[in-house]
Amino acid sequence: MENDLSLSQLCPGQRAEVQALHNEAHMSRRLRDMGLVEGTAVECLGRSPGGDPAAYCVRGAVLAIRRDDGARVKIRII
Amino acid sequence: MGLTRNAAGRKAALSAAELRREGRTVIALAGNPNVGKSTIFNALTGMNQHTGNWPGKTVATARGLCRSGEREYIMVDLPGAYSLMAHSAEEELARDFICFGGAEAVVVVCDATCLERNMNLVLQTMELTGRVLVCVNLMDEAERKNISIDLDGLSHRLGAPVLGLTARERGCAEKILSALDRLLASPPAEPLSCLPYPEPIKKAAERLLPMAEAACGGRLSGRWLSLRLLAGDEGAARRANAFLSGALVEHEALLSAAARERQALEAAFPTETRVEDALASALVRAGEELCRGLVRADENSARRDRRIDRLLTGRLLGYPLMLLLLALVFYLTIAGANYPSRLLSSLLFSLEAPLGSALKALGAPPWLRGMLAEGAYRVLAWVVSVMLPPMAIFFPLFTLLEDAGYLPRVAYNLDRPFKSCRACGKQALTMCMGFGCNAAGVVGCRIIDSPRERLLAILTNSFVPCNGRFPMLIAILTMFFAGGAEGGAVLGAGLLTGVILLGVAATFGATKLLSETLLKGMPSSFVLELPPYRRPQIAKVIVRSVFDRTLFVLGRAAAVAAPAGALLWLMANTYFGGESLINICAEFLEPLGQAMGLDGVLLLAFILGFPANEIVLPIAVMIYTAQGGLTELGSLSEMRQLLILNGWTGVTAACVLVFSLMHWPCSTTLLTIKKETGSWKWTAAAAIIPTAAGFVCCLLLSAAAKLLGF
Repeated sequence: MENDLSLSQLCPGQRAEVQALHNEAHMSRRLRDMGLVEGTAVECLGRSPGGDPAAYCVRGAVLAIRRDDGARVKIRII
Repeated sequence: MGLTRNAAGRKAALSAAELRREGRTVIALAGNPNVGKSTIFNALTGMNQHTGNWPGKTVATARGLCRSGEREYIMVDLPGAYSLMAHSAEEELARDFICFGGAEAVVVVCDATCLERNMNLVLQTMELTGRVLVCVNLMDEAERKNISIDLDGLSHRLGAPVLGLTARERGCAEKILSALDRLLASPPAEPLSCLPYPEPIKKAAERLLPMAEAACGGRLSGRWLSLRLLAGDEGAARRANAFLSGALVEHEALLSAAARERQALEAAFPTETRVEDALASALVRAGEELCRGLVRADENSARRDRRIDRLLTGRLLGYPLMLLLLALVFYLTIAGANYPSRLLSSLLFSLEAPLGSALKALGAPPWLRGMLAEGAYRVLAWVVSVMLPPMAIFFPLFTLLEDAGYLPRVAYNLDRPFKSCRACGKQALTMCMGFGCNAAGVVGCRIIDSPRERLLAILTNSFVPCNGRFPMLIAILTMFFAGGAEGGAVLGAGLLTGVILLGVAATFGATKLLSETLLKGMPSSFVLELPPYRRPQIAKVIVRSVFDRTLFVLGRAAAVAAPAGALLWLMANTYFGGESLINICAEFLEPLGQAMGLDGVLLLAFILGFPANEIVLPIAVMIYTAQGGLTELGSLSEMRQLLILNGWTGVTAACVLVFSLMHWPCSTTLLTIKKETGSWKWTAAAAIIPTAAGFVCCLLLSAAAKLLGF
């Protein structure tokens, strides 16, 4: 519990491992179905020009996730 | 994008049971979105095979016939789904068909470039049925990205046949068919029962199993049903109950035991508090385990995509490049359509006189000659010559962008503004579909999960002009603002982009207004997959968009245009008290039209154009010519003369542009909205909102012009 980072704090180019998903039921299941579960490695690829959704590489696919949703995904930088 | 013949097929579909009675084998085609499922479907069934809609479904499911040496197959193309745990309409449909549709085997199409993720669906399907064929598609793309896959190893671990494919290449259909023949010749395997779910869940499912199997009576997998009950999946339980003709509800012991077990499980999981989350994670990890050591990927495999993304979705260039691409598409459309349009119109109009004399020679009375030649034929000729060239260029260009994978980037770029209107970024996708056809855009809104956000997208879809309205916008811009027909293509494209931006701005405005009034709520969560860029199949895109879309839309317009032309001719030649019916109608609408910067004729044309927007301008021109003036209209400059003769100014043209951007959607779109929302109230709202916006904007514009002395 030494850090409390979330997915939306990850900067483009940084890699991290998912620690916990605190999203509401629908989103939590959707993220899991797309391969994002505890222990999954993610890399932030960039942000949209508007600054909000950011793109993450998850198991070879690119997913766009909004800041509010990413804030509920706890991570550990690797 | 556009409405295709297949999607609008009216052919009554047969149920799976009826098909089997005819000796055909029903095969379901499942897969994650965007893995080339439809390409495989087309390769299997041939592009012109008869396809139709499954009855009673909310999402269109195409089916088609194909034949191997041994069997006749009915292929059912299911909508793309990541999982069968159903949390969207598409996934529900895919799940229902695989579970209850009566397919004898399921082909699961996977993407070789992210195989691990696709295993989730493969495992869930194998849990349901013993006859599964796994097709790993896009092997060529994987090879280019230095990804190697041990297909035999995968087949061995899965216990199901695995086929490596490149759907774009020839021979893939034969490969699939012979694999299916082999699969169906052998006895079906048992559905998977050994997935590594957490031990407490497994044990609970084990305890429920005997009761579940009794309720299923061999028609469904009892193990699957117990897991669904433990996960609290009410949708699946309801459908299973209907499928088992009520056997589930009658089995009270099973239901209460499941509820008890579920409660106990929820208490047992400290981190993943929900059973369904635990199940979903276990499946993902099982997929990971399955691929371990079999898939070797290069670290830099996606470098090219990343580089393009940095450019197209970059902070500096993202928005400008989006505008530039849009303007480029318009430029090519305007520049390319100019010459063929003139050629077509002079050709078609030169045929009007011979048609008249031919009718005369056949002994047709003057009224019939007039109605057919000067009415139906003339409007039809207008619609074809004005509509066909821009459509035949715009549709394929847009489809190319769609094929290359650019549209999801548009949604990614535009999510922020949509979010600030409390809507979903995927609305950008449905808006883009609206450029093709608003009815198709409305159907496309199914990709939005949240009902509130879906309704927002449906109600505001007609603010972007569909293909039926583009040619009119182009013609007016060219005639009045872009300096005649010659050399003004760049200016025309720039102006058209401006008009489209106005439409997009209106979409945002209306969405925000709705979010704060009728459809209050907060933006919901949102995940969007950005697929890899792919080189579009240019030849295929052209053929597909010309035959499936352009001709379909044109055919629909023509079917409306000819009777409308005949009706107009009758109205122009029916007199009451010395005035033609058309003049009476136009004069009635004149005051309102004038106030809006239009005139009565234009307003009448917009009203008569309700069945198809394509015919608005041809109708207006027809009424003007019927009132006297020019009868020969070979080119846009002659048409400009006619319009000026009838009192058009730059302000009139601007008001027509605005009103064609914002008025009631065409009848097809409204019927689609009724079907999608199931409510006449929302359908009325979808008509009233853009119309009100159009009235207000036109009134303001013409008042401002008068004030400034134009």
